[in-house]
Amino acid sequence: MNGGQDLGGQMGFGPVRPEPNEPIFHGDWEKRVLALNVAAGAMGQWSIDESRHARESIPPADYLSFSYYQIWLAGLQNLLLQHGFVTRDELTEGKPSAPPRPPKRVLKGEDVPAVLRRGFPYERQAQAPAKFSIGDSVRTTVIHPQHHTRLPRYARGKLGVIERVSGCHVFPDTGAQGQPETAQWLYTVVFTGPELWGRDADPTTRVSIEAWESYLEPA
Amino acid sequence: MSGHHHHHDHYHDHDNHFTPIEARVKALESLMIAKGYVDPAALDAIIDTYETKIGPRNGARVVARAWSDPAFAARLKADGSAAVAELGYGGRGGEHIVAVFNTPEEHNLIVCTLCSCYPWPVLGLPPVWYKSPPYRSKAVIDPRGVLADFGVTLPQGQSIRVWDSTAETRFIVIPMRPAGTEGWSEEKLASIVSRDSMIGTRLAVVEAQS
Repeated sequence: MNGGQDLGGQMGFGPVRPEPNEPIFHGDWEKRVLALNVAAGAMGQWSIDESRHARESIPPADYLSFSYYQIWLAGLQNLLLQHGFVTRDELTEGKPSAPPRPPKRVLKGEDVPAVLRRGFPYERQAQAPAKFSIGDSVRTTVIHPQHHTRLPRYARGKLGVIERVSGCHVFPDTGAQGQPETAQWLYTVVFTGPELWGRDADPTTRVSIEAWESYLEPA
Repeated sequence: MSGHHHHHDHYHDHDNHFTPIEARVKALESLMIAKGYVDPAALDAIIDTYETKIGPRNGARVVARAWSDPAFAARLKADGSAAVAELGYGGRGGEHIVAVFNTPEEHNLIVCTLCSCYPWPVLGLPPVWYKSPPYRSKAVIDPRGVLADFGVTLPQGQSIRVWDSTAETRFIVIPMRPAGTEGWSEEKLASIVSRDSMIGTRLAVVEAQS
């Protein structure tokens, strides 16, 4: 969706401000939000793409005024509400008033190192050969879906070249909509600066995105 | 706790120190624990992992190994996840790692314009600026401007390649080994590899000895 998250090429945010000796967290609550997101994700009730969609569904004005972990907090609350794990009253009160909905799994403290170390690989068995090969010219599709997509606005309808074929990966657009195992071929597609940004762009700059097969057409 | 406004004990005072966001997070955490969705010990273990065990020193070791061992560098180029696993790194937020090597012809920069994708197992959690609108918006349209914000000017003739992390692929930049580091141990080499040089917003440099 064309939400507040799709920032590539927007102007007016000012310079990047590196923070000297920045801490890992800027407050205890940020640690708790990170840990709650990771632990809740491990319940196995939603995919990484559904959680991204929950964050990008925050209205743009809020998204841009929230700090990063505020966005994560709002996204987690939305997921818990949508999946029926909590009610609005419970979120306000901070204590249960409805019976819990038993999750698929609960991540135990002693299992954390092994689970983080293992991760959640996203490559899947291919069902068909890849449509494109390294060196092929492709054009990205022009789509503006209401749902989640990982094709950024700045890279739609653009001419690029396939540079890497990464195997078959879980497809975010459907993965965010309750089909966490649908997979497509994934490619690195590289564009020149002028193709993306027009005639005044720096010709010595190239940008690539990671694009699933249905984002691409032969060119 | 609330509803005890007539008390002026230290608990009450302590509660009043919570900002609205702190109070909301506390409420959510209490609720999720009470409903049995999260194990408090897991929350602590997750925080401990990213505060003390996983950070950019992991990535610096990868770079130092790549600088000192051409065979490792070749394996890293061919299959990033497998090569970093040789050093014991991998997993959540870095299941599919791709290492991109700076050359005199081309400098690499990584970004996630859509959220905050970042190679957690080798670089730890991303800094605030990496997740911020200024970086995410500007990196793809004006990467030289981003480098200028960091005080970096590339040599004439070096082009820039920006990698937008729109999938679960996670990139790590292998900076160029600076001159004057011949014969250095891997440990000493790792000490001059900054986190930002593995994002591509700075270069690896030998600090002048004072």
